Amino acid sequence: MASLVAKDAEREAPRGLGHVAFILVMVAVAAVVFMITRSIGNSYAFFAAYVVVQYMVLGTAWNILGGYTGYVNFGVTAFFAIGAYSTVVLHKLTPWMPLPAMILIGGVMAALVGLGTGYLTLRLRGVFFSIATLALAVVVQTLITNWDFVGGARGAYVMRPRIAPLIGGDYIQYLFLVMLGLCVIALATARAIERSALGYGFAAIRDDEAAAEASGVPTLGLKLIATALSGGFMGMAGAPLPYYVTYLDPSSGFSLNYAVNAIAMPLIGGTSSWLGPIVGAILVGGLQEYIRVTISSAVNVLVAGVLMVAFVILAPQGIVGLFQRKKR
Amino acid sequence: MASSLSVSNIVAGYGAVRVLDDVSLSVGAGETVALLGTNGNGKSTLMKSIMGMVRPTSGSITAIIDGTRYELVGRSTEEIVDLGIGFVPEGRRLFPKLTVTENLLLGAFRPTARSAIAKNLDFCFETFPRLQERAKQLAGSMSGGEQQMLALARALMSAPRILLIDEPSVGLAPLLVQRTIDKIKELKDGFNLTVLMAEQNFTQAVRIADRGYVIVHGKIAFTGDSAEALNNNDLIREFYLGA
Repeated sequence: MASLVAKDAEREAPRGLGHVAFILVMVAVAAVVFMITRSIGNSYAFFAAYVVVQYMVLGTAWNILGGYTGYVNFGVTAFFAIGAYSTVVLHKLTPWMPLPAMILIGGVMAALVGLGTGYLTLRLRGVFFSIATLALAVVVQTLITNWDFVGGARGAYVMRPRIAPLIGGDYIQYLFLVMLGLCVIALATARAIERSALGYGFAAIRDDEAAAEASGVPTLGLKLIATALSGGFMGMAGAPLPYYVTYLDPSSGFSLNYAVNAIAMPLIGGTSSWLGPIVGAILVGGLQEYIRVTISSAVNVLVAGVLMVAFVILAPQGIVGLFQRKKR
Repeated sequence: MASSLSVSNIVAGYGAVRVLDDVSLSVGAGETVALLGTNGNGKSTLMKSIMGMVRPTSGSITAIIDGTRYELVGRSTEEIVDLGIGFVPEGRRLFPKLTVTENLLLGAFRPTARSAIAKNLDFCFETFPRLQERAKQLAGSMSGGEQQMLALARALMSAPRILLIDEPSVGLAPLLVQRTIDKIKELKDGFNLTVLMAEQNFTQAVRIADRGYVIVHGKIAFTGDSAEALNNNDLIREFYLGA
């Protein structure tokens, strides 16, 4: 992989920042965002901003599979809730465990489920894969609804600590900071994929899978990498959720909002680049938060739905696609 | 060193439909062998069986590559490409939304091919200067003839010893068919390739083929040991040319 990337870099003009520089810039942006949010001096700002950043991670995760390889995953909630419920379990068994460790475990659990799902379903192509992921969401929801240890249908209470570790202040500040960190990791991963042989391989699968196979691209292996990464990041996005909501039940953890938003945001922002899900999450997530406080929380999904339809008709390449230079 | 291919008693199909019925053929080192037949007789299925994209239910396919013998049945397509067998699928099957360069790089995805990627890329551009001019253009926006050249070049990126070409003439104007066939001959001579080419266009294929097989309803109906044997044959006239 390294040689391919190196050769490519030599051949074409350098495309923007290197990986390390990109991560540093992103960390700086995250720090500025955190300071701005803190300067508002109101914990609502943190609650609202957390949701938007959570959707950035979720949208980026979805895009790794759905945008890069073209396999549409409707089962976002399965992976998201596996992360969330893994935290519920860890909170009961090992309440002393630091949140980042819980996120990592939640992510690994979801990645394993992603790998397993991928292995069983990726021989299905196109719409059949999508239907299988939809079924996965139903299966996981049924299992968790009937699992007493995590509260079953009654739900589980997860009390968050009063004070944030390390940084002080309200615990939501810590949750937001952790989610920002996760977002930086997810973005750096997505961007690194785009610029590697892995990214070319994904694009080949999206363009013509049979041809990719004929040219010797290991399609099954690449698709498994994509499902595991995508599922893993979805699980990590969901892992802090119990501390955010403090009461988690299956109907909220598996809410349709997550699936619709995770798909709508990359589509609206543009699926071809790591920037797309970010733009989409800021636009749709921001608008939803705004409407939630000014009009009603019930129109949230409507916003995503209407925008998605509008973009599919008017700008199928998303917002990023509108600004990209057309190739000859 | 010599690379050759031998298919013996292959039975293959899709589900309950049997497409290939006890097919055997061989391609000797450095030979160009034509696999002739009209649509629906099993040419593509045979190509796909060799490439591991269709699993034969019985029979064996062996390749000798640079003196080492490999059984191909049971191997995945990427392994087979890695061994040194390149494949140009029917209808070209490029990645239309990727650039010409990206298409070529994808032909060398396997680790063994990747180590020589710069050399092979230069070489492909040298052989097909037209592709270098269009290096950054989307593959889907090129003409049919250029796309066929790209499909050939992409298969060469894995530095194959044996090249399988499935219907290079499909969808091309007669003049371009002739040019494509000439190019295949040129590549074969330049790289000392062993070539198995499935083709409907009898007259064009026979021009460069050393030998040929005619496949009818999943069976080898005729084995021609020379181009002349193919040209002057009643069976071919009857089954193939319909005269």
